[in-house]
Amino acid sequence: MNDLALDRVLDTAEIIVCCGSGGVGKTTTAAALALRAAERGRRTVVLTIDPARRLAQAMGLNELDNTPRAVAGVDGNLDAMMLDMKRTFDEIVLAHAEPAKAEQILANPFYQALSSSFAGTQEYMAMEKLSQLKATGRYDLVVVDTPPTRSALDFLDAPARLTTFLDGRLVRVLLAPAKAGGKAYLKVVSAGFGVFTGAITRIIGASVLQDLSQFVAALETMFGGFRERAQATYDLLKQPTTSFVVVATPERDALREAAYFVERLGKEQMPLAGLVLNRVHRTAAPGLTAERSLAAAEQLETGSLTAGVLRLHAERLALVHREQHLRERFTGAHPTVPWVEVTAQPGDVHDLEGLRAVGTDLAG
Amino acid sequence: MWPVSHAVCSVAPLRFLPPGPKNFVPVRGHEGWWERRPGGPRLGCVPDFAAVRLHVVSGKGGTGKTTVAGALALALAHGGRRVLLVEVEERQGLAQLFDTAPLPYQERKVAVAPGGGDVFALAIDTEEALLDYLHMFYKLSPSGLPARTLRKLGAIEFATTIAPGVKDVLLTGKIKEAVTRKDGTRPWYDAVVVDAPPTGRIGRFLNITHEVGGIAKVGPIKSQSDSVMAVLTSRLTAVHVVTLLEEMPVQETLDAVTELTALGLPVGGVVVNMVRRTELAPADLRAAAEGTLDLEELGKGLDQAGLDAGLAGPLAREASEHAARVALEETGRDALAAAGRPTYELPFLPDTIDLGSLYELAALLREQGMA
Repeated sequence: MNDLALDRVLDTAEIIVCCGSGGVGKTTTAAALALRAAERGRRTVVLTIDPARRLAQAMGLNELDNTPRAVAGVDGNLDAMMLDMKRTFDEIVLAHAEPAKAEQILANPFYQALSSSFAGTQEYMAMEKLSQLKATGRYDLVVVDTPPTRSALDFLDAPARLTTFLDGRLVRVLLAPAKAGGKAYLKVVSAGFGVFTGAITRIIGASVLQDLSQFVAALETMFGGFRERAQATYDLLKQPTTSFVVVATPERDALREAAYFVERLGKEQMPLAGLVLNRVHRTAAPGLTAERSLAAAEQLETGSLTAGVLRLHAERLALVHREQHLRERFTGAHPTVPWVEVTAQPGDVHDLEGLRAVGTDLAG
Repeated sequence: MWPVSHAVCSVAPLRFLPPGPKNFVPVRGHEGWWERRPGGPRLGCVPDFAAVRLHVVSGKGGTGKTTVAGALALALAHGGRRVLLVEVEERQGLAQLFDTAPLPYQERKVAVAPGGGDVFALAIDTEEALLDYLHMFYKLSPSGLPARTLRKLGAIEFATTIAPGVKDVLLTGKIKEAVTRKDGTRPWYDAVVVDAPPTGRIGRFLNITHEVGGIAKVGPIKSQSDSVMAVLTSRLTAVHVVTLLEEMPVQETLDAVTELTALGLPVGGVVVNMVRRTELAPADLRAAAEGTLDLEELGKGLDQAGLDAGLAGPLAREASEHAARVALEETGRDALAAAGRPTYELPFLPDTIDLGSLYELAALLREQGMA
């Protein structure tokens, strides 16, 4: 069912989230969708994570400054921005903790490791930025690109994870010294925890434990707000005005990841628009089979123009068939997921004209 | 080629070469050792990374780094050597590559190389690696109270949430253990190949001292990360980058080489994957790129082969697209040369990768001297 009507999504959705594994053209797809929406008259912003240099330049994104800027040369209102993960995290801390506490958190080595590392944080921060952009009221549509990892959907777990984390026994153990202060600590923990903290001190060292419990204690003051925000973002994503677009190339690994995303979104009852199958190869001479093409090439002089062209055609057909087969395997397993194909270009897309061409393909 | 088999070559240390051979440069910190000058021609059949025991394979997502890691492991095992192939991202990509059941946290033989070498595979699980680490360094039994408590409290989840660098210390720590493990006086594994995180994360993954430096300035995590770092930055290690001849992968490869070099991590080779071969003569390729293919000649040829001459137009369009792609690949190749690293090319295989194609790719890597 080749019927992913993306123009309808572009005209009505308030949030579009593009997900998929690395190297499938997710950022390009997000940019092409945003451009098309803007040129169809919607005030649009696109939030990218890590665009290719020339694509970023085409959109006027020369620096990572965490603020949306207007894209020049668009027949409509299109803003673009690149996510600065650390700055977004710092802003949350400053917004949710008292100034003194905020200072303490920002200076803590654990906070610095957490806020600048990639694992998990980037996903949360992308979603945080999404809610911020939504809250400005300046846009009809927010298009988000997600990080190129399987954990790209980790933001779906954010509310639950934060809750488990905050209410977890480990956090309570770590909070104990800060709450009880100094030596009284040992009195408040049970014998089992005593053994445990003994072990943990041996393993990670006493000073680390101290930094860690300070950090957890400081964070605790803002956890409530943090958790509420995560829950609000989660609810926002579940609205029918949100659309998830899964992007894949017709390759085994990319489609396996796409299947994972589709199933995961289904489990969470997130609104899935469909699958964009990117970089699909086509043939200009579908009537000439690979076998006939090769047989004909055999009859001709090796190295002649016609023989070469016929061999190229046979190779192209083999690729086209492989891609079709992989697509059919996916659509067979997920018959209710609408999809659309985008034709492979010989080169990379790095200007607005190229993005418009992709947009036309996306619209089907 | 020198009349010596690769099996002999691969164990012949480079130090047997006469001092100051052409195209070779001395290995810093290893008196009397030589390595091939980056980009220089190969001398005889000495593999380019003969002195390396840890091969870390990175690359942008979608470039086929798992496949290349598998092929490299097979190539290194050639001629009776023992190689361990490691994955760290809990994706079970190796099990799929070798068409076996999901790998447990155990070194398991997955393939036999030509000439009798063995490839073992290991999927490192963070939780198991932590218990391993506790057992090794603190004699904490995995079933003892502290270990069980850690597990029950969700300490692993906690550690990876709050300080992801700790996870990388555990993963690289396990890799280091496999690299330095001994079988009597010899290394247990002749080589360890890691299917590593993508180029965007590889610097962080390997530069663990920095990652945990802010958290642990002294203490056991610090000393563990220092000892791992010593292996990673030594001449025992080479970080290879897999790429495609496309703009973004090429750019990421160059960025990764710069980043790794700045971090003091030894960059190995660049593996260019999925290279399209061309069936056209150079003059025809140029004409196709310019859109000036001789349609009349093409039509005549088609007619001669008993096909419809009207196909000339559509087939010429396909040839033009192909030529545009080849031209872009050429640009990418030129850009990669700037990295100044030995480069190996693997062809695009139109069929899905299976074990057979893996052996084919392994043979190509050996022919080009990567193993």
